[in-house]
Amino acid sequence: MADSTNTAERLSPAVRAEALESLLAERGLVKSEVLDGFINRFVHDVGPMNGAKVVAKAWTDAEYRAQLLADGTGAIGQLGFAGPQGEHIVVVENSDDVHNVVVCTLCSCYPWPVLGLPPEWYKDPAYRSRMVREPRTLLSEMGLDLDDDVEVRVWDSSAENRYLVLPQRPEGTEDLSEEELASLVTRDAMVGVAKVGSD
Amino acid sequence: MDGIHDMGGMHGWGTVAIDPDEPVFRERWHGRAFAMGAMSMGLSGTNLDAFRHGLERLHPYEYLVDGYYGRWLACAETLLVDSGVLAPGAVEARARNLTGESVTEPDDVEENKPSYERGGAGSLREIHDEPAFSPGDGVRARNLRTEGHTRMPGYVRGRAGTVCAVRPSALLPDTNAHFEGENPQHVYTVEFDSAELWGPDAEAATLRIDLFESYLEAN
Repeated sequence: MADSTNTAERLSPAVRAEALESLLAERGLVKSEVLDGFINRFVHDVGPMNGAKVVAKAWTDAEYRAQLLADGTGAIGQLGFAGPQGEHIVVVENSDDVHNVVVCTLCSCYPWPVLGLPPEWYKDPAYRSRMVREPRTLLSEMGLDLDDDVEVRVWDSSAENRYLVLPQRPEGTEDLSEEELASLVTRDAMVGVAKVGSD
Repeated sequence: MDGIHDMGGMHGWGTVAIDPDEPVFRERWHGRAFAMGAMSMGLSGTNLDAFRHGLERLHPYEYLVDGYYGRWLACAETLLVDSGVLAPGAVEARARNLTGESVTEPDDVEENKPSYERGGAGSLREIHDEPAFSPGDGVRARNLRTEGHTRMPGYVRGRAGTVCAVRPSALLPDTNAHFEGENPQHVYTVEFDSAELWGPDAEAATLRIDLFESYLEAN
């Protein structure tokens, strides 16, 4: 392992990845097409569009919403979303009084089955360090200003429970279908760094 | 361990920018590193906790320099070398040869995968003893200091909070990461007030975090 901080000598991670893959491939331990399949699953099939369907269903189906809040993993599994980093998913609901936001200070734990892989900002040391200490300030810098009387509740996912925020349904969306509602729901709102807008 | 990974509450990292057009993998090697990182646990005969500890064991420079997927790649290499699947220096030598240098690649070494008992897939484990704590109980995070793996961040050590939920019991990462047994435990979500964590001038907020039973004592 290179412990050198001599940047002139340092190989790029791209070439190190290529080297690692060639070493594993010639030992029969990985196949290029298996890596492709794994990567494609997270590029195309697993992402925040899954979580958006969960949220839209919860907004339109009171029984499902109650079930989702009581047993996130089960209710999410009903829609076909499960897998790594989704062993136990807890859904936390935003209200006029409480705003929830999720972080992982120790690594970048994230509910993959419903949100896919974490975005860069979630993995940024600034996010990991500050969200537990000055959440209101950081949320404001990220574009979300909360009223002073709203409780900010930060969830640090330090064990194997994964947290999904159920955002508030925006006003003026009473006539939208579940599918139309899902198209409004963003990844950032389901982590808790944004609200869902009505357009 | 007290390392670069334990970032909660650190100062000096600046602000956070959201790129709304960020692709899942910004570079081709990010995807390759992600896939090989995920597979490295099985190939090295280790586990997710050992993987997380592998990230923590990286030199702080290595941890940061190539970002998230850079550390996944370096961690995969660490686990594969620790288990003797690859020789020390094999990746470096192959990479230099790929860039047009001509260096001798090291001979293979003997495999040295860890030997330990697993209690099943995933991390959730049923246990039969009663939880020591219930919602509403006052608890204090013990002042534990280990050079090994732990999932208790430094910023809650010694701080007083209140249990707000009992979660499914799970194997203990602190021992599983070192192949010293699963030691399944009850897991609690504990709420801390920001002033308890960060002092009287802290921004008003509540912090909820999942802690294993052995991290806690009654308060």
